[in-house]
Amino acid sequence: MMFAMELLVAVGEADGAPHLIDIEAAHIDGCSFHGQAGVDFVLKLVDGGGAVRVPTTLNASSLDLLHPNLYKGDPETAKSARELMDGYVALGCAPTWTCAPYQLSDRPRFGSQIAWGESNAIVFANSVLGARTNRYGDFMDICCALTGRAPFSGLHTDQGRRATVLLEVDVPDAVFDDDIFYPLLGHVLGRVAGNHVAVIVGLDDRADEDRLKAVGAAAASSGSVAMFHAQGVTPEAATLEEAFGGLAPEKVIEVGVAELRDAKQELSTAVGQLGAVSVGTPHMSLTELTELAFLSQGRNTVVPFYVNTSRDVLEAAAHMGIDRDLEAFGATVVTDTCTYITPIIGDVDGDVMTDSGKWAYYAPANLGVGVALGSLADCVESAVMGKAVTTGEWL
Amino acid sequence: MKVDRVLVSGKSIGEVLDLTSPLSLWGGVEIQTGKIVEAAHPQFGESLGEKLVVLPHGRGSSSSSSVLAEMLRIGTGPAGLILNEPDSILVIGALVANRLYGANCPIIVSKTTPKAGVWEIKGDQLTRTH
Repeated sequence: MMFAMELLVAVGEADGAPHLIDIEAAHIDGCSFHGQAGVDFVLKLVDGGGAVRVPTTLNASSLDLLHPNLYKGDPETAKSARELMDGYVALGCAPTWTCAPYQLSDRPRFGSQIAWGESNAIVFANSVLGARTNRYGDFMDICCALTGRAPFSGLHTDQGRRATVLLEVDVPDAVFDDDIFYPLLGHVLGRVAGNHVAVIVGLDDRADEDRLKAVGAAAASSGSVAMFHAQGVTPEAATLEEAFGGLAPEKVIEVGVAELRDAKQELSTAVGQLGAVSVGTPHMSLTELTELAFLSQGRNTVVPFYVNTSRDVLEAAAHMGIDRDLEAFGATVVTDTCTYITPIIGDVDGDVMTDSGKWAYYAPANLGVGVALGSLADCVESAVMGKAVTTGEWL
Repeated sequence: MKVDRVLVSGKSIGEVLDLTSPLSLWGGVEIQTGKIVEAAHPQFGESLGEKLVVLPHGRGSSSSSSVLAEMLRIGTGPAGLILNEPDSILVIGALVANRLYGANCPIIVSKTTPKAGVWEIKGDQLTRTH
């Protein structure tokens, strides 16, 4: 506890926070394995008798505990990864193992002060739920959970949530119906906003939660976006005046088809034949799994097809028979982790297609694969055809 | 010169590596070698090891704290970080590596940053040594 509080205060001082505040919940990213330092850290907390003081969920880890046979990495790494996970559970965190904690039944309410790790979850909590969290890195997230406190700075404050960048989207109306538009918009947002809060103007109610999730995940990969507003869509931007706090934007950027085309180019690294498909980064929601089951009905994938989701969502899907539908299609469901952070796909013969801007961003360096980007429907179509096909003629 | 802010205090000397674009340590750097592996990064292939790394700001993953701590543990980490804007994800990584392993990686914020040469961070001072 002393150790956690000492770190919390040191970071708070670096942030320039005047004081600490109480938080209602925490989400821990530190449970995915990046080396012995993470294990040493959590064991020190466990040995010190640490216990979380607020409801705390755990992020996607490095292992799929429900489907352990999928793991193709070395056993030593798996052993350490498991030690890390067990350490966080010993501190009282809930073994949710998902990067989309906002899809769990109990999620933060509007205005609540929380401490979340995992870049996509942070941006979703702030932007879509209207909860308040800074970008908490590994270690800091659990320090907040153990103390029930966080430094009062940045996005915890009204001022920190005020937008300074205006992003005007000007594209043909049909583009808003195309799923691929949203991760591409997110990629552009991350590039232009960096670590600033932007307001997107031009979106409408077709930007549902799953699409906003795709925007945020891509923006938090290409930039350090921790929050965005979408005028008329997200809860703190009914009007531009509200989002900008009555001030003028410091930067105005227009996004049209050309910018989105460039984003697609930047995220497309495919060079040859289609070797596999991976969807669900961040973890698929029940709505997305239902759509996938619908799209793949009566069809068969001819390449390995991975679906990342949480154990919680999978259980709900299983009640509807969706797990059997996906199995009939030939898909492999991955829970508790994700295909871009742990060796599950293995040696793939060709490129990998994904519907995720985040997956497309990180997989080339993490896995050494080329990536093709398409909508969920494109991914299913490609898997059946055995070659990457994309619709989205507007691109 | 006097820096704008000290985020993690310490003393360190190293050759400057000026990153002209933000970097996510997680996914952007190979821990075992300290090399930048993000293909699109302007300094792709350069190693952070023992350098005073100038960074506009961090980016992307909140796992970058773990990556920084692990690099400092195994000795592939930077000698220090010179940021244009504060970044608490990097701060906690350096602090944890210090508390667990005694690793030394001062982090300072400065609007004007060196582009090359060997420099020293000492408290709130940044000076050129060669």
